[in-house]
Amino acid sequence: MAQDMTEKELLKMELDQLKKEVKNERQMVSKTGKELKEYIESMAGEDPLLKGVPEDKNPFKEKGGCIIS
Amino acid sequence: MHSRMATEGLRENETLASLKSEAESLKGKLEEERAKLHDVELHQVAERVEALGQFVMKTRRTLKGHGNKVLCMDWCKDKRRIVSSSQDGKVIVWDSFTTNKEHAVTMPCTWVMACAYAPSGCAIACGGLDNKCSVYPLTFEKNENMAAKKKSVAMHTNYLSACSFTNSDMQILTASGDGTCALWDVESGQLLQSFHGHGADVLCLDLAPSETGNTFVSGGCDKKAMVWDMRSGQCIQSFETHDSDINSVRYYPSGDAFASGSDDATCRLYDLRADREVAIYSKESIIFGASSVDFSLSGRLLFAGYNDYTINVWDVLKGSRVSILFGHENRVSTLRVSPDGTAFCSGSWDHTLRIWA
Repeated sequence: MAQDMTEKELLKMELDQLKKEVKNERQMVSKTGKELKEYIESMAGEDPLLKGVPEDKNPFKEKGGCIIS
Repeated sequence: MHSRMATEGLRENETLASLKSEAESLKGKLEEERAKLHDVELHQVAERVEALGQFVMKTRRTLKGHGNKVLCMDWCKDKRRIVSSSQDGKVIVWDSFTTNKEHAVTMPCTWVMACAYAPSGCAIACGGLDNKCSVYPLTFEKNENMAAKKKSVAMHTNYLSACSFTNSDMQILTASGDGTCALWDVESGQLLQSFHGHGADVLCLDLAPSETGNTFVSGGCDKKAMVWDMRSGQCIQSFETHDSDINSVRYYPSGDAFASGSDDATCRLYDLRADREVAIYSKESIIFGASSVDFSLSGRLLFAGYNDYTINVWDVLKGSRVSILFGHENRVSTLRVSPDGTAFCSGSWDHTLRIWA
């Protein structure tokens, strides 16, 4: 637990973690960013908060609407 | 004797100092390695993406009934029910369509900072200053006595800040002020795995979308966001770019990135495969901390609740704010988008929850 550790123990823990992370594999932002963008584009048509939903289709838009549960 | 102790004291300080400088130098190396892959900014990748138009989002429901600050909420998978918890110890389950309260229980502690709905919809989990995470089955009996069926699952040595069921009702993941996260078996209460690495209180966690595999992200008072392997207990990646406590972390819907909200008044996006921060969502006019963040279904919008009572809606790709929502009369403390993305719910220190669409 962090709360029970001395400053030295916390630093050692951090050091061990950093040594591992330096070796991680990484990809270019131009590639990964493009994939983030493509994911959004593929899902955008289905995103109700993004494209809006007609009043009668969204249960929150019309209070007292017909709901089949 | 005195001089020997003094010498040992000096050696101790040298070790601490050399550890610190080794850490600084490794952090520098890590930054260098990350910088090599930082060939573009995210908004440049998104240059030709169509800008978003005006958004009209309004409060569609207000859930009133808590007697004090709302601290946490979670949606049921049925996209309709919500569990919320408050400073006065009350945990309430609501039908957000009708605003009716379906269940209520009073915890034996105040500041119930965490609550979660079980995937089956048949139970809820919650905890806070009691240092525990407890599970309550939900029944539909007329005179339900929820407190009688309570099962204590997790035990930490400091407050519970966050909890989440994994993909079944059988396991719960917790985060605590004791600096650790932990995975528990609900039935036996057994500790299955613990996660050590944060240097201070852990304030939030989020599980990766099930398709991405067994990882989760946590954020803490040490300004770090850490990504963990649930099976091994190892931290895979960590990010330290915020200037203050990280109050909220949330995975991007594809699982390849996550967003964070911090007391430094910014939200940030971290790309897991590029292993770096790729966007900052901030404005000079926003000076209060962000308490809670969540993505719209596609990941294009990031909703963030702030301590200045507002909710800002950000264009994740372009980095710009597309809308600011007013309504709450005190800090926004919690915010989640519904499971099918049709609405989002915010909870506030003004004692209410609001559903926006």
